[in-house]
Amino acid sequence: MAVTTRPVDLTADLGFLRLRNPVLTASGTFGYGLEFEPYLDLAKLGGIVVKGLYYHPREGNPPPRLVETPSGLINAIGLQGVGVEAFAAKVLPRLRAIDTAVIVNVCGADDDEYAAVVEFLDAQEGIAAYELNISCPNVKKEGACPALAPEPTFELVKLVKSVSRRPLITKLSPNVTSIIEIAQAAAEAGTDAVALVNTFLAMAIDLETRRPRLGNVYGGLSGPAIKPIALRMVHQVASRLTVPVIGLGGIMTGADALEFLVAGAAAVEVGTASFVDPDAAARIIGEIVSWCEAHGVAAVRDLVGTLAVP
Amino acid sequence: MTIERDARLREVQSWGSFFRFGIDAPAVGKDARPGQFVMVKVSDGTAPLLRRPLGIHDADAGGFDLFFSIVGRGTEALSRKAPGDRLDVIGALGKGFTMPAPAEGKTAYLVGGGRGIAPLYFLARELARAGARPIVFYGGRTRDEIPIRDRFERAGIEVRCSTDDGSFGFAGFVTALVDQELIKSRPAKVYACGPDRMMKALAGITARHAVPAEFSLESIMGCGIGACWGCVQRIRNESGDGWVKICEEGPVFPGERILWP
Ligand SMILES: Cc1cc2nc3c(=O)[nH]c(=O)nc-3n(C[C@H](O)[C@H](O)[C@H](O)COP(=O)(O)OP(=O)(O)OC[C@H]3O[C@@H](n4cnc5c(N)ncnc54)[C@H](O)[C@@H]3O)c2cc1C
Ligand SMILES: Cc1cc2nc3c(=O)[nH]c(=O)nc-3n(C[C@H](O)[C@H](O)[C@H](O)COP(=O)(O)O)c2cc1C
Ligand code: FES
Repeated sequence: MAVTTRPVDLTADLGFLRLRNPVLTASGTFGYGLEFEPYLDLAKLGGIVVKGLYYHPREGNPPPRLVETPSGLINAIGLQGVGVEAFAAKVLPRLRAIDTAVIVNVCGADDDEYAAVVEFLDAQEGIAAYELNISCPNVKKEGACPALAPEPTFELVKLVKSVSRRPLITKLSPNVTSIIEIAQAAAEAGTDAVALVNTFLAMAIDLETRRPRLGNVYGGLSGPAIKPIALRMVHQVASRLTVPVIGLGGIMTGADALEFLVAGAAAVEVGTASFVDPDAAARIIGEIVSWCEAHGVAAVRDLVGTLAVP
Repeated sequence: MTIERDARLREVQSWGSFFRFGIDAPAVGKDARPGQFVMVKVSDGTAPLLRRPLGIHDADAGGFDLFFSIVGRGTEALSRKAPGDRLDVIGALGKGFTMPAPAEGKTAYLVGGGRGIAPLYFLARELARAGARPIVFYGGRTRDEIPIRDRFERAGIEVRCSTDDGSFGFAGFVTALVDQELIKSRPAKVYACGPDRMMKALAGITARHAVPAEFSLESIMGCGIGACWGCVQRIRNESGDGWVKICEEGPVFPGERILWP
């Protein structure tokens, strides 16, 4: 076993953004970041993707909002949140003081709201990029969202790109027949990167009462249960598109994260794992370092897209 | 609020599907206040995936106790742990009961149904220590479902029991027992933890008697630390009615602010 003597180079390159390491936290699973301060050093993270923001504060769905399934979690939070003004006034100044990339997950009820959120945030300092959430399945009952078809994806990305002064990551939905087509539409519209995947539209039933277990009937499945499908989608998109891919879905360990990198992701996001262990993202960074040291890998970057497909 | 990965299960007591765990965990024990909870990892793998929220049943500088009943997979897995096993817990979380509560000599009623009795033992002990007089109203469906009544008595705390089937103590719901008592006397405060239906009924009773009450609520929790917005309850605030996170702003809320479903 080769052992490197120099410290592993962990930097990740998204082209428009250089990260200290490839591990970001996934939107909606890391609150507004500050909730995690007691548990890990936020400055050690590659970046923080904060909870999805609409322009106005939002109520969210009626409970129950969560149900656990085998190695997974279905959520129907409905994007409850504080809105851009409270975020800029109360959260952002504190996040700005932390030396890490802050990425804001942007939501909207329609195209105009997405644009309004971005225009408002453009006037604020301390944001590295936007992650356009066009893929949340919880807002409409049937999980409808722009990311389900190429045309609305193209239109929305194009609009937001035209009003934004910051790089744009488009977060895609896995609830489609061809993820490649949708990713292509986002790329053609000028997105700087794509992130995949968001949650899988799912449901759980209480057999005794014969009622849905979630207040919203359907919700989004996340966690280890979705990793193999997310990995496949990341590989499909990364091997065909030139825009950088951020991979996520069920990452619980350093090995999971490295699989996504090998599949072609330039960076990863850690989601549900942070609910189980609030310091999961920091642990995963440590496990990546250990693996690289044990395998004589000098720079994590060099692993990206190295999958040997027969 | 710390992750205590090396907590040790010291002692297990069980009564049917009810369990009491004594746990060595100084980092959690030393800061714990009555009404707070911990998030307990119940498996080493991913099934069950999430931690389970459990109230702090008692605590001191050396650690804390849990009291729980088997409800599903998570609590079942937990119940199989044995003395000497390592436990991974996050705590102490949430805002507890308002302490110190009633001034010297004043009475407080502590109302617990089933596993809801868990946080009330710690509360009763702390109230007694602060010079108040806690009286515990402990309800269960049957005699077997009020297993720790003697634990209170041994600590010098008065307990009045009720069973739905009349097999022990007052025959009927614990809420009826409390209602009866409130007609005669007026405590400084009522604290409660139990099934939603019990607490909703009790909220009506305490409001009618104009006694201030605090309720410890339950919810399905994803994270326990305010990050997922999964655990919400409708609460009346200065700014209006809204979904509030039970793990962060609760689990204990003043009665008049809870908008029961
Ligand atoms: C702040 C807080 C403190 C708690 N303290 C205690 C305690 O001290 N002792 C104790 O025995 N229990 C306590 N509970 C309840 C306990 O968390 C649940 O019983 C447990 O999570 C169930 O997990 P399970 O895997 O066994 O059940 P699951 O298999 O997950 O679920 C079985 C059934 O129980 C329901 N359920 C799951 N979680 C909860 C929940 N949190 N509340 C209500 N119903 C639920 C599910 O919808 C399902 O119908 C507390 C809950 C909270 C939120
Ligand atoms: C409770 C919860 C809330 C979420 N909220 C958001 C959100 O606001 N915006 C978003 O783009 N994705 C959101 N997601 C999706 C996650 O960011 C991530 O894409 C998904 O959970 C898959 O990753 P995981 O399996 O590692 O959790 C949420 C997921 C969960 C579980
Ligand atoms: S359990 Fe996650 S916010 Fe309360």
